[in-house]
Amino acid sequence: MTKFRSKLLGALAAAVLSHSAFAEVNFAGKTIEWTIPFSETGGSAKWANFFAPLLSEAMPGNPTVVVKFMPGAGSTKGANWFQRQKHTDGTVMFGTSGSTQFPYLLDDPRVQYEYSDWVPVMASGTGGVAYLNAEAGAKFDGSANNLKGMKFIYGNQSATGLDLVPAMAWDMLGMDVSHVMGIKGRGDGRKMFESGEANIDYQTSAGYLKGSKKFVDDGTAVAMMTWGALDDDGNIVRDPTLPDLPTFKEVCEKTAGCDVNGKEFKVWKAFFISGFPVQKLAFLPAGTPKDIADTYAAAFQKIKNRPDFAQLAEKRLGKYPMFVGAGAQKAANVATDLDPDAKKWAIQYLKDRFNVSLK
Amino acid sequence: MDLLYTAIEALISASQLIFHQEVFLFLALGVTLGLSVGIFPGLGGIAGLSLMLPFIFGLDPIIGLALMVGLIAVVPTSDTFASVLMGIPGSSSSQATVLDGFPLSKEGHAARALSAAFASSLFGGLVGALFLTVFILVARPVVLEFQSPELLMVSVFGLSMVGILAGKIPLKGVAAAGLGIMVASIGEGPFNGELRLVSYDVPYLLDGFKLVIVGLGIFAIPEIVALLRQGGSISNNPSLGSGWLTGVKDWWAHRWLSIRCSIIGVLVGVIPGLGGSVVDWIAYGHAIQTTRDKSNFGKGEIRGVIAPESANNAKEGGGLVPTLLFGIPGSGSMAIFIGALALLGSGELEVGQSMLTDNLDYTYSIVWLLALANVLGTVLCIILAPQIARLTSIPFVLVAPFVFMIITFAAFQSGQDVLDLVVLFCIGILGILMKRFDWSRPAFLIGFVLANPVENFSNNAYQIANIRFDNSFGQGLDYLFGPIVIVIAIITVISIVVGIRQAKFIQPEGQLETGTKRAPFLFILGLIGFTTLFLLDIGSIPDYAWTDAVFPFVIGCTVLVILLLLMTQMMLRPETDALFVDGEIQSSQANERPLWATIGWFIALLIGTSLVGFIISLAIFLLCFFLFRAELKWPRALFMSVCGVCFMIFMGWILNREFPGGLLQFYTSLPWPLR
Repeated sequence: MTKFRSKLLGALAAAVLSHSAFAEVNFAGKTIEWTIPFSETGGSAKWANFFAPLLSEAMPGNPTVVVKFMPGAGSTKGANWFQRQKHTDGTVMFGTSGSTQFPYLLDDPRVQYEYSDWVPVMASGTGGVAYLNAEAGAKFDGSANNLKGMKFIYGNQSATGLDLVPAMAWDMLGMDVSHVMGIKGRGDGRKMFESGEANIDYQTSAGYLKGSKKFVDDGTAVAMMTWGALDDDGNIVRDPTLPDLPTFKEVCEKTAGCDVNGKEFKVWKAFFISGFPVQKLAFLPAGTPKDIADTYAAAFQKIKNRPDFAQLAEKRLGKYPMFVGAGAQKAANVATDLDPDAKKWAIQYLKDRFNVSLK
Repeated sequence: MDLLYTAIEALISASQLIFHQEVFLFLALGVTLGLSVGIFPGLGGIAGLSLMLPFIFGLDPIIGLALMVGLIAVVPTSDTFASVLMGIPGSSSSQATVLDGFPLSKEGHAARALSAAFASSLFGGLVGALFLTVFILVARPVVLEFQSPELLMVSVFGLSMVGILAGKIPLKGVAAAGLGIMVASIGEGPFNGELRLVSYDVPYLLDGFKLVIVGLGIFAIPEIVALLRQGGSISNNPSLGSGWLTGVKDWWAHRWLSIRCSIIGVLVGVIPGLGGSVVDWIAYGHAIQTTRDKSNFGKGEIRGVIAPESANNAKEGGGLVPTLLFGIPGSGSMAIFIGALALLGSGELEVGQSMLTDNLDYTYSIVWLLALANVLGTVLCIILAPQIARLTSIPFVLVAPFVFMIITFAAFQSGQDVLDLVVLFCIGILGILMKRFDWSRPAFLIGFVLANPVENFSNNAYQIANIRFDNSFGQGLDYLFGPIVIVIAIITVISIVVGIRQAKFIQPEGQLETGTKRAPFLFILGLIGFTTLFLLDIGSIPDYAWTDAVFPFVIGCTVLVILLLLMTQMMLRPETDALFVDGEIQSSQANERPLWATIGWFIALLIGTSLVGFIISLAIFLLCFFLFRAELKWPRALFMSVCGVCFMIFMGWILNREFPGGLLQFYTSLPWPLR
């Protein structure tokens, strides 16, 4: 009660202050709108919802941080919207994921946005987990050998998005997966899996921990593999968040017809690197002045320095690196860089497999 | 039996959580906020919850829940004031209340309508809470059965209600719903991002039209303009009239209707994504179907008030089911609710399965809070009713500019763009024309609201069905025609047949006279022109992106065929046919002022805003309006204008919002309220 009263008074005082002429960056009484270009139930939503209250606490003046959702066209709709935003008072923030990076890298015609215009303030990595329904899971023995001949249905957000990674992986394992295109977020994919419309699914780690792990615990699903994580030498190793699950690389090694030394795997790995170790980025719009960007970076640094941060993050997001300020800029460069060979191969693959024509 | 035992046990442990002074205090605070927000036309749970968010973070979960549930629960109670007294839907879920509540109010039976509405709201709210209790335990497996075909069928069922609402000519209703879908399709396509009827040169339209703006434009603006043209006050009888007791008796006499509609409300609320905008129409349609003498609907039938009001409060209880159990928001306000829940405590409360296991006590305290908030909200509404109702006895010419001011502000909040106002105005013109020529505006809005879910579900259902049919014919059939689909399909067909048979008894716009052929004919030509343009544009979407094109194309073609059919009928039939209904003919005697002179005031506000910004142009607009239109003396006009501007600045300050700027703001740098 007293806590609330003091909060109320604080907010009122802050509101008064914010309208008097204060020169320094202070977000008192303001509302930061953090837009996520996916639906409410996916991994990016979990990611933003995790950071929003922490950010509110860490920003000067304790502004309200609201997470808004603008799904559509595999997240390019939201990103195109963000490209049109101009800097006003630093209360507009945008969160991207690999699904926003990939179409940009692949010159998808839907992309009207330019990453280099935006100001990155925070980035974090994640992993991914693929899982099967109980029926298929019973046949899974660490290799996909017994899964051949089964019919799989998967809810796909967008061929040119992050779903390219699972699509390629399953194709390399020789699995017969039909893709239902145009769902609004991975959360909707999970819903399709839960209702039985789909029998194979993948989630980023946050989405898996919060949403899908319970299926595995209940026995209605069987976790198949993670995409893995990168060690310092760039090798794929087991995901530190889910060390008990084999990586795709391990499954591929055990599966007949899947070659971890082939061209396909190299392309897959290139996309994995763009899509996962630096997957989610928080941006301010083009033209944001340095003092505002620095304020954000400092706030995220403050969050990172919290003594309880590692523990909080592990439970909700998994054990992955977080990059702030200059680190976030470097991470953004990694995420928006792709080997031209891999790009060429992927464009052909998308044409043959999904009938998507890209230049 | 086991189930019952679990429920009772959880209810008791939940009651221990909430029976604390502070919890009640915060519940009352939430209820008060909900009442204030609900009274404003166009604002509802979404705006209210957003307003509350800054104070939620870090609160004790149970206190935060009390605050939020208090607000959510009473919005559908208090929005009745606007619907009954002003003829403007207080929020999206009380649109149907306007149809009969407003006529009752005009006849001087506002008290009767309000008390019947409050009694129904209270009852509906309690039924909602009760259902939530039971549903939480039994609904999970059922709702999980819902796949895309089922969800699609439910949306189609919602759409089928337009047949009932269409008035004398069902085809016009279907076309209106189709137009709503087409308007909703404008913008970037949902699957491939192909542009539909927009270009990158007009970035504003890429995001499509916002529900707030379309709702305000299609409903509120035509009503305000019509009222303003007639002069006088909203209610011819300045007092609420007697009938507080009559209203409660009315409710009791129709208690079975109220029970059925409460159940409808709960069920529709449970379906994720369907939201609050259709529940009142479904209940209203049901009331018509089950009433023997239908001649009074649209003119002040009390059953037309009881039905939607029972349903829209009950819906909140139902809407919490998917929200809490699956984290699937049932409506816009529920989406914010999910976000807010994560802010409570240190995030240990998260929607999903844990609400059924670890946090069952919290889930059941929500049930308690919901019931308590409904009781409290009803009591407050009854106590405050006379004060609020006094608004209606004021000549409308003094109220209208303020109402328009608030609507403009609310519309601007959706996109923070001056174009919000332009779109509001354009949709308002469409609304005025639809009202004039008796094209169902509710049907239009239902089409608009359901366009998105129908497109998504049909996309998923179509692709999955194809894959299953490839596997085997039986698998495909099983998928598309599950038992739930068949049951809903049967209900839909019955409702269409019954609805069309009975539609001629309802005239939402009242008895209208026919005039010459020219005006209605020009309007339909305009619609045909728009549809053709729409189809040409959709047709230019390349083949590989066909998923973005197929749904609007099918709808557009259907609408075009219907419109051409109507046009042919118009050419063949005499001028006295119901096809040529024209509101202007009848109201030309009643209207003191010409249409364009009235709209001209608002165009002036719009142009003023684009030149010197909202606040300055609002000040000029209010002053001129009071001086020249309302013919007030200088001091009073000045006083009222200052009040209006101050109120607007206060709202903007509390909500921390910018106001629309114009050319002046573009070239100069002004301090906050003016900038």
